[in-house]
Amino acid sequence: MNTFWQTSTFFGIFITLFFYGVGMFLKQKVKHTLVNPLLIAIVFTILFLRVFGIEYQTYNNSANYISYLMTPATICLAVPLYRQLDALKRNFKAVMFGIASSVIVTMVSVLGFSRFFGLSRTAYVTMLPKSITTPIGIGVAEELGGYVAITVASIVISGILGNMFAETVCKMFGIQEPIAKGIAIGCSSHAMGTVKALEMGEVEGAMSSLSIALAGILTVVAASVFATLL
Amino acid sequence: MKLFKQFTIIIALSFIGEVLHALIPFPIPASIYGILLLFLLLEQKTLQVDDVKEVADFLIFIMPLLFIPAAVGLIDAWNELRSSLTAYVTIIIAVTLIVMVATGRITQWFLRLSRRYTDENT
Repeated sequence: MNTFWQTSTFFGIFITLFFYGVGMFLKQKVKHTLVNPLLIAIVFTILFLRVFGIEYQTYNNSANYISYLMTPATICLAVPLYRQLDALKRNFKAVMFGIASSVIVTMVSVLGFSRFFGLSRTAYVTMLPKSITTPIGIGVAEELGGYVAITVASIVISGILGNMFAETVCKMFGIQEPIAKGIAIGCSSHAMGTVKALEMGEVEGAMSSLSIALAGILTVVAASVFATLL
Repeated sequence: MKLFKQFTIIIALSFIGEVLHALIPFPIPASIYGILLLFLLLEQKTLQVDDVKEVADFLIFIMPLLFIPAAVGLIDAWNELRSSLTAYVTIIIAVTLIVMVATGRITQWFLRLSRRYTDENT
């Protein structure tokens, strides 16, 4: 049976789509933060692989095909951004200031926590790119000599957290301006958070999309400076 | 035919992004070059939103799905994470929260400040 999984092109793609469908169905039935389609699909897929004793690599050989759409999908985020061009132009300074400050806040707080936990330099630089989009994060971690697999894990977990709790956090901490919400989400939880921002509104989605690109690029520069500080 | 054209444009931009990534020695992935490029093309009116609209909307709609394979990969990262689990988990959760709150509040403060400034001067 295991050999069947290994040769199947579509099982990984199918169970990914299927469990995401289950997640969306449950979300319509139960309105709760923890009933998050992304989280449900991840958990169910992991359980499925465990129950049937399927290796991640075997699953990913199939599921990987949908990952190839990530680059084109990310590029398409330019469309909501363009639709909000006026909002961007009108608030250009605030947007740039917000994104730049997010990068500084990320770097400073990772540095602070790393000192607190007495992390090695390798572990510290592993965490520096945790808030940005995966492909840039991998590049930064490789360049600074971090543990790339852990960087990827930290990016994914940040994204899931942002996707799940963005609305609650914005409400709890009085972040009401759609532009501020979008930037907060995009800068803390990249594209996975942006999916939630797009659900919240077009302005939120557009600003979050812009943050992925700009916070990502700024982090490349800032991380190389901050890497020397521990 | 329309969808074919839209899909071709988006894949072409992905390819151009890859070329730029190969040529420019920075860890900026193809997708970031692509998003900036598409934004510029729309802004310069070289492309219209209608040239990519339906396929773009579809790809953005299915975007959450595309994260699942990488996220399921967390099961393989478990052994490496375990070495300093408390530190990593605390940093990931705390920093995500701190950055979200701080960025949101700072941006909101700046927005409202500049809005007040504009109001006073008009």
